[in-house]
Amino acid sequence: MSRMTMREAVSKALWEEMERDEKVFIQGEEVGIWGGTYAVTKGFYDHFGEKRVRDTPIAEAAIVGSAIGAALTGLRPVAELMTINFAFVAMDHIVNEAAKLHYMFGGQFKLPLVIRAVSGGGRQLGATHSQTPDAIFAHFPGLKVVSPGTPADAKGLLKSAIRIDDPVLFIENATLYQTKGEVPDDKDYLEPIGKSKVQREGDDVTIVAYSKMVPAALEAADMLAEDGIEAEVVDLRSLRPLDMEPIIKSFKRTNRAVVAEEGWRSYGVGSEVSARIYELAFDYVDAPVKRVAQAEVPLPYNAELEQLALPQTEDIYHAAKEVIYG
Amino acid sequence: MAELVTMPKLGFDMAEGTLVRWVKVEGDTVEKGDVIAEIETDKATVEVESSHSGVMVRHLAEEGTALPVNSPIAVLAEKGEEPSEDEINALVEEAGGEPQKKDEEKKERKETVDKEEKPEPAANEKEEPEVEPAGGVRSSPLARRMAEEHDVRLEKVEGSGPQGRVVKKDIETFLDSMREEGRVEEAEAVGKAMQPLTAFSVGEVPEDEVVEMSRLRQAIGRRMQDSNQNSPHFYLTRTFKTGEMMRLRKELNQLLPESEKLSVNDFILKASALALRQYPNLNASLEDDQHIRRHGHVNIGVAVAVEGGLMTVVCKDADQKPIRLIAQEVREMATNAREGKVRSDDIEGSTFSISNLGMYAIDDFTAIINPPESSILAVGAVQNVPVVEEGELAVGSRMKATLSADHRVTDGAEAAEFMGVLANYLEEPLRLML
Repeated sequence: MSRMTMREAVSKALWEEMERDEKVFIQGEEVGIWGGTYAVTKGFYDHFGEKRVRDTPIAEAAIVGSAIGAALTGLRPVAELMTINFAFVAMDHIVNEAAKLHYMFGGQFKLPLVIRAVSGGGRQLGATHSQTPDAIFAHFPGLKVVSPGTPADAKGLLKSAIRIDDPVLFIENATLYQTKGEVPDDKDYLEPIGKSKVQREGDDVTIVAYSKMVPAALEAADMLAEDGIEAEVVDLRSLRPLDMEPIIKSFKRTNRAVVAEEGWRSYGVGSEVSARIYELAFDYVDAPVKRVAQAEVPLPYNAELEQLALPQTEDIYHAAKEVIYG
Repeated sequence: MAELVTMPKLGFDMAEGTLVRWVKVEGDTVEKGDVIAEIETDKATVEVESSHSGVMVRHLAEEGTALPVNSPIAVLAEKGEEPSEDEINALVEEAGGEPQKKDEEKKERKETVDKEEKPEPAANEKEEPEVEPAGGVRSSPLARRMAEEHDVRLEKVEGSGPQGRVVKKDIETFLDSMREEGRVEEAEAVGKAMQPLTAFSVGEVPEDEVVEMSRLRQAIGRRMQDSNQNSPHFYLTRTFKTGEMMRLRKELNQLLPESEKLSVNDFILKASALALRQYPNLNASLEDDQHIRRHGHVNIGVAVAVEGGLMTVVCKDADQKPIRLIAQEVREMATNAREGKVRSDDIEGSTFSISNLGMYAIDDFTAIINPPESSILAVGAVQNVPVVEEGELAVGSRMKATLSADHRVTDGAEAAEFMGVLANYLEEPLRLML
C-alpha cells in the first residue's frame, strides 16, 4: 500500500499497463510533450516515446475515431478527452461506433478501447466546460461507463478497463485529482467493472453515490454519525453495468435512501437508481428516495453561484435527515 | 362487467349475518381489499373486504337487515361502467334473488351524489380535489406490508411521517403498545371487577331495568342451553402439583421480554394438547347417533371474557407448536377479541376448550361443554396451600381443574386417565418444552 493522490493512482495504472503490454498506447491533446492538461501523463513521452504517447490536433472526433480504428486492428488505445464536454464533438464515434461495432458485426471484432474523460464542475470554467453529463453515456448499451470515487478504485478500475476487450468510458472528476488515499502497489491490482461497493457500513439510511459524491457522502455520513445516525455509503463505481445488489441489500435494512450525483437530476443517475429501488424493493420502501443533484441550470461562472448550484456535503446530510424524517 | 357482492360465510356454522353498516356508500370507488361493509354474525362483528376493485353502484340490503349467507347485498361495477336497472336485476335474478326496484327517493339521492362527484372540468388543474391515498391511509409500502403481516389496521396507527404518513417506526411503536396494553387491560379488568362498591346511598332502590340482549349474549345463551340440556355432562376434579411448573415458568420468563412472557394458561394449554393426542375421545365431536368424529387436529379454544359475553379464541394445532408460539398467538387473539377485531378464523374450529378463572382467584368451578366439542377443562387458581408430604405438613403450590365431559362420547375412567396424563405433563413441565 502507498498513500497517493488520485492523479498519481491514474498515472500509475497507465504506466504499469503500458509497461506490461506494448499494445497499450495513449493519445490526446497535450498528453505527450506537455505531460497532460492534468499532468497525469507527465514523463510518459520521454519514457515510452512518441509512437505510444501521441499528441493529437484539437479534434475529438479524430482522437476517438482513430482510436476505434486502432482497437479494431488489435491495439489497446487509451484515448484522452481533455474534458467530457468535448465528447459531444465525438458523440457519433462514441455511441454509434464504439458502443455498437462488436454487436453489429456479430462479435467478429473486439474493441479494447478506453476513453478517459475529465468530468465535473466547480473550477469556474463556465457552463460549457463544467458539465457532468455522465448519465448520457450510461444510456447506451454496448459502452461501459466507469467513474471512481477513491484513488485505489481509480487504479484498480482503470487497469481493468485497459485489460478487458470492451469499450470503456472512464470518467475522472477533476476536483478529485488531489484527494489522497491508500492504493495497493500490486501491479495486477484489479477492481471488477460493474460491481458497486459499500464504502461505509450503517443501518439507518443508504446513501448511494459515485465519483465526487463518494467523499462527500462519506463526510455527510460522519456528520450524521454525530447525530447518532449510521449511514451506509454505496459507491456505484460503474454506471453501466449498474450493480444494484449491494444497494438493495442495504435498502432492505435501512428502508431509506438518498442518491447523490454531481450531474442534473432530470433523467439522471439518481432517477435510474431510485426507479430500480422501487422496482426491486417496493415492499421495503418506508419513504420516498431522495435525489441530491445539481441545480437545473447551466452552471454559473460566478464562484459563489457555482458552489450554490453544485451538490454539497451538506445537501447529502440534509437529504439523509429528511428521508429518515429525523 | 358488474359483479354481485354476497353475504359472506364467515364460519362453518354461520347461516345468516346482519348487515350492520355500509362503509362504502353508493357511488364510492372501491379498491380490492377495501372494507365495504360491517357484518354481525353470532360471534363477532366482521369487516367485509371487497375482492374486486370498482364502484359501489347499488346497495341491495338496508343497514340492520339479517340475510342468509350468499344472498346478494350489493352491486359493484367496473370504474366507468354504468349498469342499467335491467342489468342489475338480471344479475340478482341469476343469483336466485328478487329483483329490486329502488324507490324514487334513493334514485334522486344517487343522482345528486353523481352530480356532486363529477366536478365540471376544472379550468385550473390545481383546483382538483386531492386524491385519497389507496386504502384511505397515507402509509409507506413497508408499513402496509408490516400491517398486513401483523393484522394491524392502518387507520388505528398514528403516522409520524409527512402529512401523517404511517411508516415502519409507527407500526413498531403500535405493535409494542398493543402488546403492553393487552397485558395491562387484562390486569385492570380483573382488578376493577373485584372492587367492592362501597359508596352507594342507603334507602335508594334502583328501578328494574330491561336490557336488550346483544347477538353475542343470545348466541352464548342458545349454545350453552343446547349443550347443557342435550349433552349428558359429567365432571372430574383433580388437584395438580404446580411447584415445578411455576419454577420453570419463572426461569423461562426471565429470558423473555415483558411482551412475550408465558402465562400459566399457556402451560395448561400445551399440556392439554399433548394429553389429548393420547385420548382422542376427548378431542372429538358427536357426528350423529351412530358416529363419533375423532379430530386429527388438536385445536384448543381459550375462553376470553369480552364486553357483554365471552368468546373462544382458537390455538390451532397446539400439540405441534412450541409454548412460546402458543403464548404469542393466544395473546394476540385475545387482545383482538377484547377490542372486537377478531378474525373469524381465530374463533373457528376448536376441538377442546379451556376456561381459566385462576386470575379471579376462583378455587374450582365446572364449565359447560362448548358444542360440538366433547369436553372442556375449567381451571382454578394456582395457590400455595398446606399439603402433606412424606407424612409432614408442608406448603405446596397446587391448582385445581375440573373436566366436563360428554358421556355419549367418553366415560369416567377414560376421562380420569386423561387427567392423570395431564398431571404428568404439568408436574414434569420440562416435557412441554420438548
